[in-house]
Amino acid sequence: MAITRVVMPKLSEQMETGKVIKWLKQEGDRIQGGDILAEIETDKADVEMEAFGAGVLRKILVPNGETAPVGSLIAVIAEPGEDIGALVAEPGGGAAAPAREAPPAGPAADVSRRPAAVPPQPRREDHAERQPAPEAGPTAPARPVAPAPAEPTAPAPAAEPGRVKASPLARKIAAQAGVDLRLIHGSGPAGRVVRRDVEAAAAAPTTAPVPAAAVAAGPEYEDRPLSQMRATIARRMPLSKGPVPHFYVSSEVDMDPAWALREQLNALEGQPKVSVNDLVVRACALALLEHPGVNASFQGESLRVWRRVHVGIAVALEDGLITPVLRDAHAKSLGQIAVESRDLAERARARKLRTQELSGATFSISNLGMYDVTEFSAIINPPEGAILAVGAVRQVPVVRDGGVGAGRRMMLTLSCDHRVMDGAMGARFLQDVRRLLEEPLRLLV
Amino acid sequence: MATSKVDVAIVGTGPGGYVAAIRAAQLGLSVAAVEDDRPGGVCLNWGCIPTKALLRNAEVVHLVEKAATFGVHVENVRADYGEAVTRSRSVADRMAKGVEFLFRKNKITLVRGTGKLTSPTTVEVARTEGGTGTLEARGVIVATGSAPKSVPGVTIDEQRVLSSNGAVRQAHRPGSLIVIGAGAVGVEFADVYAAYGAQVTVLEALDRAVPVEDEEVSALLARTFSRRGIAVKTGVKVTSVAPGGPGVVVETDGGRLEAEQVLMAVGRGARTAGLGLDALGVTMDRGYVKVSPRMETSVRGVYAIGDVAGPPLLAHKAMAEGVVAAEAIAGRDPRPVDYTNVPSCTYCRPQIASVGLTEARARENGREVAIGKFPFTASGKAVAMAETEGFVKVVADKGTGEILGVHIIGPEATEIIHEFAVGRTLEATLEEIVHTVHAHPTLSEAALEATLAALGHAIHI
Repeated sequence: MAITRVVMPKLSEQMETGKVIKWLKQEGDRIQGGDILAEIETDKADVEMEAFGAGVLRKILVPNGETAPVGSLIAVIAEPGEDIGALVAEPGGGAAAPAREAPPAGPAADVSRRPAAVPPQPRREDHAERQPAPEAGPTAPARPVAPAPAEPTAPAPAAEPGRVKASPLARKIAAQAGVDLRLIHGSGPAGRVVRRDVEAAAAAPTTAPVPAAAVAAGPEYEDRPLSQMRATIARRMPLSKGPVPHFYVSSEVDMDPAWALREQLNALEGQPKVSVNDLVVRACALALLEHPGVNASFQGESLRVWRRVHVGIAVALEDGLITPVLRDAHAKSLGQIAVESRDLAERARARKLRTQELSGATFSISNLGMYDVTEFSAIINPPEGAILAVGAVRQVPVVRDGGVGAGRRMMLTLSCDHRVMDGAMGARFLQDVRRLLEEPLRLLV
Repeated sequence: MATSKVDVAIVGTGPGGYVAAIRAAQLGLSVAAVEDDRPGGVCLNWGCIPTKALLRNAEVVHLVEKAATFGVHVENVRADYGEAVTRSRSVADRMAKGVEFLFRKNKITLVRGTGKLTSPTTVEVARTEGGTGTLEARGVIVATGSAPKSVPGVTIDEQRVLSSNGAVRQAHRPGSLIVIGAGAVGVEFADVYAAYGAQVTVLEALDRAVPVEDEEVSALLARTFSRRGIAVKTGVKVTSVAPGGPGVVVETDGGRLEAEQVLMAVGRGARTAGLGLDALGVTMDRGYVKVSPRMETSVRGVYAIGDVAGPPLLAHKAMAEGVVAAEAIAGRDPRPVDYTNVPSCTYCRPQIASVGLTEARARENGREVAIGKFPFTASGKAVAMAETEGFVKVVADKGTGEILGVHIIGPEATEIIHEFAVGRTLEATLEEIVHTVHAHPTLSEAALEATLAALGHAIHI
C-alpha cells in the first residue's frame, strides 16, 4: 500500500507559497486519483488541487485559510492500517525543499509520472528502509540523509521555500529585522536581494508586521496584510519601472466610425457582443504584425522579436489585477477575440484561470475606460516590450469642416521599453493602431 | 590628421584610459586615444610596474642576505643598483609594448600629442611630431592622471629633491635619503633604497606610518622598519628643504636633518591644466573632476576616470572606472564602482593590504565590532617560508558578521586580500569565509583563522 505525501503544489514559476482556501475532502474520506482535494490560492489564481494517490485522507496538516511554502507537506493519503506517525511527526511537517530541488527517485520513475498538482513523493529518506515506497520504482536509488546544518546561525539557503536569491548578509539582517525576504525586490545581479534592499524594506513601515494592538490604538491608519496577489504585484512592478527605461507616446483616436461599426455589429442576431477593448485588441494584433519591433523583448545581449502575438489583457479584480493572455490574437477574428476575451475576463474574476493562461504575453493592453479615465500611462510587464493604456471613449467638441460639432474620442498611450525600441518606432505603431480604429472595416478583413 | 570622427576620444592612456579604450572597442565603438608619453601612463612606465620590479630586486637582496639561515652559503655578493634600474626599465618597456599591442589588436588609434577639449565633442591635439589635429567624438573621456605634489616652497628638481618619477629613473642610489611622506610611495622607495644599503629616514606629518591603514598595521611596519635600520619619524612637519650638507638640509619642527637626496612622497594632484575643462564648465571638487557614478562629468558626454576623477588614486580603481565609462558611452547600464570595496596595497616588506574600514573607523561609524587577528608566526606555510612577520586582522560587525574591513601585513598580503574583497562583493559574512575550506598549507589559511578568531574560535592559536 502506498503512502502519498500531498505537498503544496508549485503552480507557477513565481509561486513561493500557497494558501489552502478550503479542503473539499475531510480526514477519513476515501480518495480516488483525480478527486479534487482542496482549493489553493496562489499569487495569480485560485486553483483546484487534484489528488494523485488513492487511499484515505488520513491527515490534514495545513488547515483552511493557512499558507504553506511550495513543496511542504500539507496532507497525507494512506490506507487505514498504515503507520503515518513518523511522516506526520517529521520536523516542519516535512517542509521539503521545493519540488525542483527534490527530484523524484529516478529518471524512469520521473517520466512515468504525469505532472500533477500533487505528485506522490516516494522520497522517504530516513524512513526508506522501514517503509519502502512501492511507487519509487525499482530504479530508485537510496538517497542519503542530508545532515542538518550544524550552525543554527547560518540557515542553509536550500532549506528555504521558494529559493529567494539573497546574499548571506541580507539574510541575516532580514532575520534580525523580521523582514520577509520573499516580499523584497532584489536589486542585485539577477534580482538577488542584497543588504540595501533589506535595509530599505526594514525602514519602510508598511512591510513590517504591525501588532494587532497597534491597529486598535492608532485609528489614523490601518495596516493590511498583503494578499498573495498584492505581494506579487508589489514585487514585480519595481522590476519593471526600476530597470526598464520607459517612454510614452500618446495619440487621440477618432472613435466615431468604430463606435458606429460596433453598434451595427452588436445589433446583429447571434453574433458575439463586441467591446471597444476587443476592437483595440484586434487593432493592436494587426499592427503588431506590421511592427514586429514592438512585439519584442529585451534579452540583455539581444532582442527577441516574437513572430506570434499573445496579448495580455489587464483585468481589474477587487484586490489587485491579473493579466490573462489571449493567445495568437493576430490569427483571430474580431468575433473570436470578443468571445475569448470575455471568457478570460470572467474566469479571471472568478479566479478560475489556468496557470498557463497567465503567462507568455508578448504585448499587453490595459483599459481604464470604464472608470472614465481620460488617459493614463501603464507600467510595462517585463519581459514584454510595450503596453498600451486605453482611456474612455468621450464625447467632445471637435472641429469638423470649419465648424464645431460633437465627436467621440479616445486617448491611447503606449509605454515602451527604450532598450527595445525608440520613439519613432512606438509612434509609427501607434499611428497604425489609430488608423485601424479610425477605418474600422480594416478590423473585419 | 586633420579631423577624425570617432565614437570615443580618450585623453591619456594610463590604466584608466587604456582599459576604457579597450572596453569601448570591445563594444564595437571606434576609439582614438591621445598620449604624450608611452601608453600605459605613470602606472606602467613610472609607477606601479617599475617600482614592483625594484621591490622584487630588494626582496632578492634580502633573501640572499639571509640565505645562510636556509643553509645556503653565498659569498662575494654584489648587488648592483644600476642593474636593478635597468631591469626595472625593461619590465616597464615590455608592459608598455603590451599596451601598444592591445591597441593594435583592438584597432584603437593612438594619437601622439597632448589633447585639449574645445567642446564636449571635440578634442584638439597638439601633435608630438608637430602640427595639430582634431578628434570629433560623441563621448570624450578625460584620463590624464596625476602628478607628484610637493610641500609648499619646495621645488622638485629631480636632482636633490626627487619625486617618484625621478627616483624610479635614477640609476644610482644615494648614500643617504630623507623620504618625506610615509604613504605607499614613500615606504616602498624607503624599502628599496634601504635594501641596497642607503641610510633612509622617513618623515611623516601625521602620527603614524601608512596613516590610511589600520593602526596596528602602522605600528608593526614602524617596528619592522626600525629593526631594518629605517628611521621612521612621525608627527614631523617639514618647514624647508635647501641645498647643503651632503646634498640637502631638511628643517623640521623637530630639528634639522641632512642627506644626499630627498624623496618627496606627500601625495599626488590631478593633472587638469591645459585640458580646457574650465572653459567647458566642468565642475571640479577639491581639485579633482567631479563625476557621476557613470563617470560622467557635469558636462554631458564628457567623462573623467582615474586619478583625475578623485581618490583613491589607484590604478585598479582607474581601470574599474574605465570600464564603467566605456560601457556608459556604449549605452550599457554599467554597475558603478563600489568605492567602499577597493583594495589598497603597499609592496614594502612586509607587504600591506587592506579593504574596507579600519577598526578605528568602524567604531567611529558606531558599529559594534568583533575583531579577529591571526599572526603569521602561527602559519605553517609562513614558518616554512621563513616569512613570519605580520598578521591578518578581520574587523566584523558583531551582530551580523558583516565583514567591515580586513587588514593584512605580511608575506603576499596583496594576494591574500582578494578573498575578502570577493566576499564583500557577495555580501558574505564571517560564516561563509569560515565554511570555505582553505587549502593547507597556504598563507591564506591565516585569513581563515583570523575570521574564525572574529567568531571567537580560531583553531591554530
